[in-house]
Amino acid sequence: MTTATVTGKSDEPVVATKNYLTEEGVTLRSWLLTKDHKRIAILYTLSITFFFFVGGLAATLIRLNLVTPAGIFTPDIYNRLFTLHGIVMVWFFLIPSIPNTMGNFLIPLMIGAKDLAFPRLNLLSWYLYVGAGFLALFAILIGGVDTGWTFYTPFSSLYSNGYVVLALAAVFAVGFSSILTGLNFIVTTHRMRAPGMTWYRLPVFVWSNYATSVIMVLATPVLAITLMLVAVERLLRVGIFDPALGGDPLLFQHLFWFYSHPAVYIMILPGFGVISEIVPCFARKPLFGYKFVVWSSITIAIVGFFVWAHHMFVAGISLYAGLVFSLLSYVIAVPSAIKVFNWTATLHKGWISFDAPMLYALGFIGLFTIGGLTGLFVANLAFDVHVTDTYFVVAHFHYIMVGGMVSAYFGGLHYWWPKVTGRLYPEWWARIAALLIFFGFNLTFFPQFILGYLGMERRYYSYPPEFQVWNIFSSAGASVLAIGYALPFFYLGWSLFRGKRAGSNPWAATGLEWQTSSPPPAHNFDKTPTVTRPPYQYRPEPEPQDV
Amino acid sequence: MSDAPVIPRPEPQYATAEQQAETASFGMWVFLATEVLFFGGMLLAYTWLRATYPDGVAEAGRHTKIVIGSVNTLVLLTSSFTMAWAVHAAEHGRRKALTRLLAVTAFLGLLFLGLKGYEYHKEWTEHLVPGLNFHEDSVHAQTIELFYFLYFLLTGIHGIHVTIGIGLIAVMAVRARRGAFNSHYYTPVEVTGLYWHFVDIVWIFLYPLIYLVGRSGP
Repeated sequence: MTTATVTGKSDEPVVATKNYLTEEGVTLRSWLLTKDHKRIAILYTLSITFFFFVGGLAATLIRLNLVTPAGIFTPDIYNRLFTLHGIVMVWFFLIPSIPNTMGNFLIPLMIGAKDLAFPRLNLLSWYLYVGAGFLALFAILIGGVDTGWTFYTPFSSLYSNGYVVLALAAVFAVGFSSILTGLNFIVTTHRMRAPGMTWYRLPVFVWSNYATSVIMVLATPVLAITLMLVAVERLLRVGIFDPALGGDPLLFQHLFWFYSHPAVYIMILPGFGVISEIVPCFARKPLFGYKFVVWSSITIAIVGFFVWAHHMFVAGISLYAGLVFSLLSYVIAVPSAIKVFNWTATLHKGWISFDAPMLYALGFIGLFTIGGLTGLFVANLAFDVHVTDTYFVVAHFHYIMVGGMVSAYFGGLHYWWPKVTGRLYPEWWARIAALLIFFGFNLTFFPQFILGYLGMERRYYSYPPEFQVWNIFSSAGASVLAIGYALPFFYLGWSLFRGKRAGSNPWAATGLEWQTSSPPPAHNFDKTPTVTRPPYQYRPEPEPQDV
Repeated sequence: MSDAPVIPRPEPQYATAEQQAETASFGMWVFLATEVLFFGGMLLAYTWLRATYPDGVAEAGRHTKIVIGSVNTLVLLTSSFTMAWAVHAAEHGRRKALTRLLAVTAFLGLLFLGLKGYEYHKEWTEHLVPGLNFHEDSVHAQTIELFYFLYFLLTGIHGIHVTIGIGLIAVMAVRARRGAFNSHYYTPVEVTGLYWHFVDIVWIFLYPLIYLVGRSGP
């Protein structure tokens, strides 16, 4: 959207004299006690990058183990590796990834606010995250956990000999970090919008994070209480999930998936938001069907609460429950498909340029579509019985979580990098990395669809020799992927010191965040902006803006 | 209050004090939504238990201390009344009344915790604490143990909420006594009130589920 006070193009390389990176001092103390949402976003970015590499290391070792049918590690170590990978990637990377970094940084800027509604709560949320992170790392270092990220009972509560209670405590604590973030975003979106910033003038990124926050606030407490029940059951040997004591393991699965299925929408909805910002900007066209995109996010957030038992088709739920949950799982594909159609329609007759953020966005659309369509396969009762707990399911959710969300994360990281740091990243390297990630990803995970369809079970350290060729493809792809993920670490780091200065709006993008200087001043805007127009007022231009 | 109203400056992120006040109470409402789901998980477990073992749950319910439970319900509901009254007093800038009503509310909260503690003690002596000293000869012993497991969890977590509430109310009482609030600025009292009423509402659900269920019917 454009404000009444249009600043126009500002490509001249000006160094903002007053910016959030230096304004409040540069001491460690000024960072660790900051209440500035932008600084907290940076703290989050650093910490989730660390956990991304921890989880990635575990994934690398898993793929290494699966190169040979007999495996390299002992079954016990292998169990701990995939559990570590799952717990770290789900709770310490994917869930906080876009909301806590870009959401934190951008939501106040996008709605024309000086900060989030509750800055101290925001900082507390980061400390909870870090505390929980240390607890999880501690549990890993002293011996690890072998339950899988799902903590299924009665294995987790009775038989597992890992440090389950510590891991449960870590996830419990990190849950409160995401509840606080969600609460802050909801209140901020309702109460902190600049004059003229009506709900239908909000960028889709804000809407997506709003929908995500609703899920965080309503689903996470259920996870917290469920994990607490498991921990008590393990410590006191009394509980309602243990069949030997009259309890019911299915109850655990219902409670767990009541959170963990909506949680996959926590992980993907912010990605939708990022793509909805990037595609119009690099197609130089308004987002097609803005209201449909907005309401499909809200629909996903609501319907997402009513599909959980599709994780339990073979767990012993009744046939009728299976039918209903299967049907509802088909229903939720509709709003997701609406988004894909809208992005595609935005591209139609657009003035498309293939800068790195756009490459990631296009990759996202393709990979998310494959992930979504295979989601329909597993929503189907009969087919799901065939592929439950196989690599088909693993491939399906990695297409959404990694192909989708991680692509969106990197796309957003590149798109807003100039705004956050005031520097441009090296475009050529960024495109190489985007392509490596796209091809590496497909090489890693497409073979897993085939493996799963053929019947290779997940979470086994060994497999029959006839599966080896597909596993080698997959592991080879993982090495390409690893290079693709490591590259940005270097060239983005380089750009911090040597990158060209970015103006306030290098992409000639609309949106309030581009109207303030790069990096923005501590209180975001010198004068609170007034919004007069809807978002994404892009016009095709005869010569695309060169950067 | 006789002196001129003192309204603290809003935090830098807010344009006006009104915006800050409305944001604070909206924030509390969203937090309470989280809390509803937090207790919801345990109540689902309770529902499952009662649906699966109706007889055992009924028998377990008859072990509960209905007199203490009922008195506690009365205590907590009265505290809700004094809290609502306190917010009303704050609205009208009646500092003394506000301070006293907050003190009474906190005292009633403490009384609730005291009675609850006495009840826990009785349950301990009757060997009703699962995992630590549970012993029961009934055919439904297993269900009774699960019932008491949920009982201690639900009332324990509720008790933690009551304790936090008492702390908040005590802070508010001290601030009220020092004249921090007036008819133009009393948001913290209002927000604390919201939280306290929520804690009471949770108890309104817990009371029949724990004490009355086993005693209904033939």
